[in-house]
Amino acid sequence: MSTVALISPLSDAERSEIEAEVAHLPDRESAAIDALMIVQKHRGWISDESLSAIAKFLEMSPAKLDGIATFYNLIHRQRVGRNVVMVCDSVSCYVMGADGLAQKVQDHLGIKFGETTPDDCFTLLPIVCLGACDRAPTMIVNEDLYGPVKEEDLAEVFSRYT
Amino acid sequence: MATIHIDGTAYEAKAGENLLEAILSHHLDLPYFCWHPSMGSIGACRQCAIITYADETDTRGRLGMACMTSVTDGMRISVQAPLAKNFRSTVIEWLMENHPHDCPVCEEGGECHLQDMTVMTGHSMRRYRGTKRTWQNQNLGPFIGHEMNRCITCYRCVRFYDEYAGGSDLAAFGSRGRMYFGRFEDGALESEFAGNLVEVCPTGVFTDKPFAQSYSRKWDLQSAPSVCVGCAVGCNVFPAERYGELKRITNRYHGEVNGYFLCDRGRFGSHFVNHEKRIRHAGVRTRDGEYEFGDMKNAIKVASTALSKGAIGIGSPRASFENNFALRELVGAENFCAGIYDTELEIVNTALDVMSKKGIVVPTLKQVEEADAILVLGEDIANTSSRLALSVRQAVRTKSFAMATDANIPTWQDAGVRGHAQSEKSALFIATPAATRLDGIATQTASGSISELVSIGSAICRRIEKATPNSDDFAELVADSLRSARAPLIVTGSSLESVELVQAAANICRALQDQNQTSSFLFVPAEVNTIGVALLGGRMSLSSALQKMSEGHSAIVLENDLYFRAPATSVDQALESNNVVVLDTLENRTVEQASVVLPAATYAEQTGSFVNYESRAQRFYQVFQPRDEISPAWTWLSRLAEAFGTESSWDSYASVLEQCAERTFSQLKNIAPSSDYRIDTTSRIPRQTHRYSGRTAMNAQVNIHEPKAKVDPDTPFSYSMEGQNPGDQNGATIPYVWSPGWNSNQSVFKFQQEVAGELVGGDPGLRLIEPNGAPLEYFDLGTSEVSRKDGVFEVIPLHFVFGSDEMSNKSWPIQARAPAPFVLLCEQDADALEVKAKMGVRIDGESESVEIRIDTRLPSGVVGIPRGLVEFPPNGTGRVQLSVDPDFVARSSGDAEVIAKG
Amino acid sequence: MSLQDTKPLIGRVQEVGGLVSLSDYESGGGYAAAKKALTQMTPTEVIDLVREANLRGRGGAGFPTGVKWGFAKGEPQTPGYKYLVCNGDEMEPGTFKDRYLIEFNPHSLIEGMILGSYAIGAEKAYVFLRGEYHEPNRQLVRAIGEAREKNYLGKSIFGSDFNLDLRIHLSGGRYICGEETALLNALEGKRGQPRYKPPFPPASGAWGRPTIVNNVETLCNVPAIVRNGAQWYQDLGLTEDSGTKIYGISGRVKQPGLWELPMGTPIRELVDVHAGGMQKGYKLRGILPGGASTDYLVEEHFDLPMDYKTIQEAGSRMGTGTMILMDDSICPVDMARNLQHFFAQESCGFCTPCREGLPWVEDLLADIENGKGEPGDLELLEQNAQYIGAPGNTFCLHATGAIEPLQSALKYFREDFEHHIEHKNCPYRAY
Ligand SMILES: Cc1cc2nc3c(=O)[nH]c(=O)nc-3n(C[C@H](O)[C@H](O)[C@H](O)COP(=O)(O)O)c2cc1C
Ligand code: SF4
Ligand code: FES
Repeated sequence: MSTVALISPLSDAERSEIEAEVAHLPDRESAAIDALMIVQKHRGWISDESLSAIAKFLEMSPAKLDGIATFYNLIHRQRVGRNVVMVCDSVSCYVMGADGLAQKVQDHLGIKFGETTPDDCFTLLPIVCLGACDRAPTMIVNEDLYGPVKEEDLAEVFSRYT
Repeated sequence: MATIHIDGTAYEAKAGENLLEAILSHHLDLPYFCWHPSMGSIGACRQCAIITYADETDTRGRLGMACMTSVTDGMRISVQAPLAKNFRSTVIEWLMENHPHDCPVCEEGGECHLQDMTVMTGHSMRRYRGTKRTWQNQNLGPFIGHEMNRCITCYRCVRFYDEYAGGSDLAAFGSRGRMYFGRFEDGALESEFAGNLVEVCPTGVFTDKPFAQSYSRKWDLQSAPSVCVGCAVGCNVFPAERYGELKRITNRYHGEVNGYFLCDRGRFGSHFVNHEKRIRHAGVRTRDGEYEFGDMKNAIKVASTALSKGAIGIGSPRASFENNFALRELVGAENFCAGIYDTELEIVNTALDVMSKKGIVVPTLKQVEEADAILVLGEDIANTSSRLALSVRQAVRTKSFAMATDANIPTWQDAGVRGHAQSEKSALFIATPAATRLDGIATQTASGSISELVSIGSAICRRIEKATPNSDDFAELVADSLRSARAPLIVTGSSLESVELVQAAANICRALQDQNQTSSFLFVPAEVNTIGVALLGGRMSLSSALQKMSEGHSAIVLENDLYFRAPATSVDQALESNNVVVLDTLENRTVEQASVVLPAATYAEQTGSFVNYESRAQRFYQVFQPRDEISPAWTWLSRLAEAFGTESSWDSYASVLEQCAERTFSQLKNIAPSSDYRIDTTSRIPRQTHRYSGRTAMNAQVNIHEPKAKVDPDTPFSYSMEGQNPGDQNGATIPYVWSPGWNSNQSVFKFQQEVAGELVGGDPGLRLIEPNGAPLEYFDLGTSEVSRKDGVFEVIPLHFVFGSDEMSNKSWPIQARAPAPFVLLCEQDADALEVKAKMGVRIDGESESVEIRIDTRLPSGVVGIPRGLVEFPPNGTGRVQLSVDPDFVARSSGDAEVIAKG
Repeated sequence: MSLQDTKPLIGRVQEVGGLVSLSDYESGGGYAAAKKALTQMTPTEVIDLVREANLRGRGGAGFPTGVKWGFAKGEPQTPGYKYLVCNGDEMEPGTFKDRYLIEFNPHSLIEGMILGSYAIGAEKAYVFLRGEYHEPNRQLVRAIGEAREKNYLGKSIFGSDFNLDLRIHLSGGRYICGEETALLNALEGKRGQPRYKPPFPPASGAWGRPTIVNNVETLCNVPAIVRNGAQWYQDLGLTEDSGTKIYGISGRVKQPGLWELPMGTPIRELVDVHAGGMQKGYKLRGILPGGASTDYLVEEHFDLPMDYKTIQEAGSRMGTGTMILMDDSICPVDMARNLQHFFAQESCGFCTPCREGLPWVEDLLADIENGKGEPGDLELLEQNAQYIGAPGNTFCLHATGAIEPLQSALKYFREDFEHHIEHKNCPYRAY
């Protein structure tokens, strides 16, 4: 049927990547999380419109898909900036002074956790243990892991992202 | 059977059932939230904690959830152990952290399961110091209110709505302490079962929105056992009244019929009782065509003069058995017409004939849920008899229960059963012209015009008789699964107005009998008492009745808008005479043309019986006494009889029933206790709860003295709070459910022999037809070829749960949910007409044009026209011409999605 | 003797000084075990061998792997009907061993999964990988591609009639997805809520089929066991438990990190020798021996060997074997608050005690830490801990794990809690 093509705002690349996941799963719905992550990779976050489009593509209801999307913390249902900074707040980093680091990062970016800089460059979020406790305190910017993070490194690190 | 020791006392239980059910089945108290008798256990709320002991020497035991524990023989448990009790009250304390303290203004207060459980566990002090979480609510449409702050995250709503009822627009969002239950965005809940959320939710998150607009506490409502008038399933309901107004409908448990659930037509379709267009006084049409109301004596006089030369009586499938009977007695059987159109009557009589044949099984809804192969031939049951469709949804799960049992997963372990079965389902085949909302769970569907569906039926029949090797067409698949099923079932109905279709369905049953297979036959009639009025055996057809009327014969029309039944032109002619007496409840086109109008009582205002699709006669009782001149139809008929001087006149409901049972079916007297029945030989049954308040104040503007309780000569009920709830004696006379400590509807388990089983006093109703007649014979079905012509379409009558039923259409919440008028076309025909969805067409050149919707299942050459939504050309030629209206603007309606969804 | 004989998991990483490429892996004897099993052993023989080796699950619970595999053995042998799932979620705070294994020795995981799949009869296997594990993901994707090219994965592996399709599922986040039944829901694309057991995954797991879930480290042990035999593996352990373990340490030590050492290496040796002892000015007060969800151990326990039985007897759990050290600069109340913040936040929201109880616990701890504690708060905490923490009270073991560090903190560091309430302040903060 042609209706999907008319209505869906998914790009060809997104569709083919999602189809590739669907291909090895027992049904389309099983690709829900993969599809959300794929679209997020392309668009940074999952808007209501993106969500509806994915739901249609996977032949499931938007309510059900949103139920899944809102369960997972790595799926952003709110707009994020071009770069996402996530500072670990779990115990190993805590022991190594993560609270202090978190404050410094906020000061440096001029935003609080959950906020995006006015120039849309950074969104700051807390994250649980990044599995790099030997390098505590840690943080991750997009796909780059940093640790141990020291206050004096912050300027240089953030300058790498535009 | 197993023996379990609960706090030192031995009880019988079923091995393998879950312990919570076993405990509740003995009517012991144990708090719970997430478990539901129809939906099994998930173990989420952790409220039903008990202690299990390894053996007699074990004194410590282990804390566990009763709902997630299988009964084993000899097991020892404690409900009362301090650890279990303390844990249960701690669970309430946790749930209360974020629960608002709004009981005094909460709609659920007084019938709140959370309130009951809080009191039961003894938690009373708030120790949590934090702030409460708060939510924004959604507008969920005209039926359901939403107040998320009250949510205790028991998951019952989504489990009912999505998993049990097959909805897809309600979901659980978020996680941790921030779980939200709602829709993706604001909008009406799509499912026609959404109303059950009101009862499924143990707190006040999902509430009855129309009820909230004119609210009363449960304990201030007056109610009586009744039967839903929405369709022919005959669900048991509690209509509830205060201040002379019908406030709401809730489910009345019936083990074999509706169980715990109703459809929304039933729940929200009764507000016509309060309609501003109710006929409240007897009226006579004057020469200038206006009505004069208020002079009842004159009305009776005019009516009896008009009728004196002998009258035709037109009965009604929406009037009670007794009222129809009274009319038949008054006019004589030869002048009595059932009030349904000729074809429909023929269909119903055919079905009744089949139902009486030897070896035919007519299943109750509970039995439908056990069927493991179902063929639905021609009936869109999701729309014509929604509660049946809900049972069919459960039937497709029979396979998953079998798979679970093989894998040692208890059938009550709901998530386990579903996870293990994945998408495996029992066979369900649907052959209908258009898409249905059950298609998504069907093994396969087939489409066709009506005659094509008959041919499909015949093909199935042939394949049952003789399999065609290596064939895998629809007929072969259906035949194969019906033949090999444990409990096959054929469902058909009258909505497509085809006798052949019912005959084809009966032929399939016949073929199954030849294979020594059970032949279950479920015929869906159109209305609440279609079967009843047909069984009364009127000898005059509606077309000849109308003919006679147009020739000048006088007539009494009982609760029947003839325009809803017969072609408008013939009704117009019939009503031209000045000799038509109409008894009805609400203004309609027939009423507008009557010479005399008599105000009849609705089902909530009188006592009577309806006969459902099974031929189960069920009693409904007067909930409240009507005001003004409104009175049960039989009382008017009795007055007319008196004026005539005929023998038939009745002075009480009991006397009508007496005669009716004598002259029709003696079982009618046994379906419920008679008016002189008393609990413990003295007490009447109270319609009001023992906490009913304001008796002295509610009429204070009229009289400051407490009025004397009205006497009820017709029933064993009283219009007061004095008396006794007879739940343990008779299932037909439970006026409301309440039990000490259980103020909510959850108390119903105290009225059941075992959880989700038969009522202690027996499930009400008796069947009027028993299948013990002659053997079923094959019907001879000729093949009729359809000829097709450009622009001319065969009409397929469509039904829509909200909008196609005469009376519920007059209930304002239903009106708010009814879709805009539309017709259904297949893509190919739409292309040929050069139209698309949302454009408009005129039917037979009518001035009003209607929206086009595309249905991918519909065959070419037919047009689906929804009854009740579009001025219908009933039983006319069966063909219409469509022409495009270029100026049409679609009334945007969210329901467009709903109907097309399937 | 090669390093691999004593360090089957990461010996090769040390030998090559970093990422073990396919050729490095092969030249160190890689994929020989898989070849041997597929061409010379029956699946039952592989299971028996693993059982005999007494390999215990490294995901936290220590369940004997061979026994678990045995549960899926008898199921129908319809090709492709079962699944093997590798649990690479690793979100337990303080745990970083699986990331290391995947990032530096991905082929050992692939070989382990070939062996596990062959043993249970799965033709489809998944690695459930943490979404934040970008580099390990890249390495694993590459390694799987290499293995496919070499036909270590795919059809008729090593000329046998065994086929295996190995896929990665990247998680959308949430600690609870590491719980094996929640993991299966997440793998199926659903909300990652746990499932009730029974049915256990080996009977009805992913998409309703028999499924075995094993931790990364568990599976990485299998090739060496097949290669060197059960006895060799048993002999590696210093105590009752077999094999080696990847131990890790985070906190104020001189050299935080992880080391593959014989099972049963004493705690003190780990801290003082391998991690180089505490940093100057810091004194060790307590450790969470196996991740955030294990009970504290204190001074009196530091000489114990780290193995399943001993640590359990000491009142804690081996867990993941990666330890978090609490030094004397850390306020035990605030650390407890940090931990409970994690657990309350990571609750899936399904069952009441965890969903509602843990946030209350977190609130109470925050109040106490912030000088707003009240008399009776400790009793409240204890009551909550008792009712949330007992296994069986909650739907899954998340909440049980959450309560372990709290309960032991209340036991070992009680004066700190009392001081906070009594003086309405935190002595660890500079006022
Ligand atoms: C809350 C919770 C989180 C868990 N997280 C992980 C995890 O991240 N990785 C893991 O391997 N096992 C985790 N487990 C244990 C798994 O449920 C499961 O026991 C394990 O993956 C089995 O593998 P094994 O037998 O090889 O140890 C977790 C358990 C719980 C209760
Ligand atoms: S203990 Fe309950 S709420 Fe917590 S993670 Fe497990 S199932 Fe979810
Ligand atoms: S009713 Fe048993 S856990 Fe909810």
